[in-house]
Amino acid sequence: MVTGQIHIDNEQVYDALQSVSDPEIPVLTVLDLGVIRRVAVKNKIVEIDLTPTYTGCPAMDTIAADIATALEKIGLHTQIKMVLSPAWTTDWISEAGRNKLEEYGVAAPLGEEADKRALLEGERLVKCTNCQSTNTKLISQFGSTACKALFQCDDCLEPFDYFKCLR
Amino acid sequence: MILGHRLSELCGHGPSLETDIALTNISLDLFGQVRNIFQYAAQLKGGDTTEDTIAYLRTERQYHNCILLEQPNTDFAHVICRQFLFDAYQKMELEQLTNSQDETLVAIAVKSLKETKYHLRFSSEWVKRLGDGTEVSHQKAQAAINHLYPFVFEFFNETEHEKVMKEAKIGCDLAIMKEDYFTQINTLIAEATLIVPESKPRFVQGKTGIHSEQMGHILSDFQYMQRVYPNMAW
Repeated sequence: MVTGQIHIDNEQVYDALQSVSDPEIPVLTVLDLGVIRRVAVKNKIVEIDLTPTYTGCPAMDTIAADIATALEKIGLHTQIKMVLSPAWTTDWISEAGRNKLEEYGVAAPLGEEADKRALLEGERLVKCTNCQSTNTKLISQFGSTACKALFQCDDCLEPFDYFKCLR
Repeated sequence: MILGHRLSELCGHGPSLETDIALTNISLDLFGQVRNIFQYAAQLKGGDTTEDTIAYLRTERQYHNCILLEQPNTDFAHVICRQFLFDAYQKMELEQLTNSQDETLVAIAVKSLKETKYHLRFSSEWVKRLGDGTEVSHQKAQAAINHLYPFVFEFFNETEHEKVMKEAKIGCDLAIMKEDYFTQINTLIAEATLIVPESKPRFVQGKTGIHSEQMGHILSDFQYMQRVYPNMAW
């Protein structure tokens, strides 16, 4: 089974990667997001497999450039390969990442079935990031970025983003 | 790519903020998907070919998109119905490609399918809402379906390339998709209280490079930067 979090032996490399964040959701590091699929350090060259969240996500090019810069700073070169398979899923977002999302004001993805019920049947399952109420409704299937949908809370009236479940 | 471009023309011009964002999000997904395909094509072709030369530097006859996708953003009903007719087809095409003998195509199809299913939900919901909405939205949706329906037959005209890919077990078998496709779209059109037009296939050969007059206008806009400033990059 493919899991979200990969193991990185080299502490320096781990710290460097942990310093690179998603430009669209700056609270999440690339490791939290689960887009790094493989890291191998060979003679000052770090081979990295990166997988996109959504095919057209413009953040991916920026992320690849940011990773190269971060590793350059500690004297390492990178070879970044974009891999599509297995396809990224929101299950690969780390627990820490999910908590950071919620604190940031983006509701973390529910499970697949609950996600469908919330997005398609209008069931009130997504928790408002402002007041924690689940009395929320879908405003738009598509949000400010490819990975999010737009919700509104009917108790505190705040609009907020929901990170769509992708499996 | 051509549909992605058509949708990108709506950026900032959608009928409401939410639909504007939705349509441009779909545009972005389509560009992402086609980018994967062009990168793979460039890798196979080798030499000087890059994803950009494939996207920007072909002549009109070298583009092989279906003519439906070139149709202009006449009104919101046209935009939605065009999207729905394509999404339903693309979903079936990608489902078939997940069984391709080519690993890269499978990876692209699996990834793209997740996005396309979401597009189809969006466009299907809107077709129903427009068709079963007000008198005006119903009329506009019916006019859009009447105009666009004759173009969908082209999806199933198998070209030489498609035949070769089918026989090599890397492409799709269009013939087995056809019946399912029409059942699906006709069911939804009826559900939207619209009438399935009794239309004959229009003589269309977009997939062999013969386009409608729309294509020249699209390319003059789409290729402008690369033609005026060759090899420019971000």
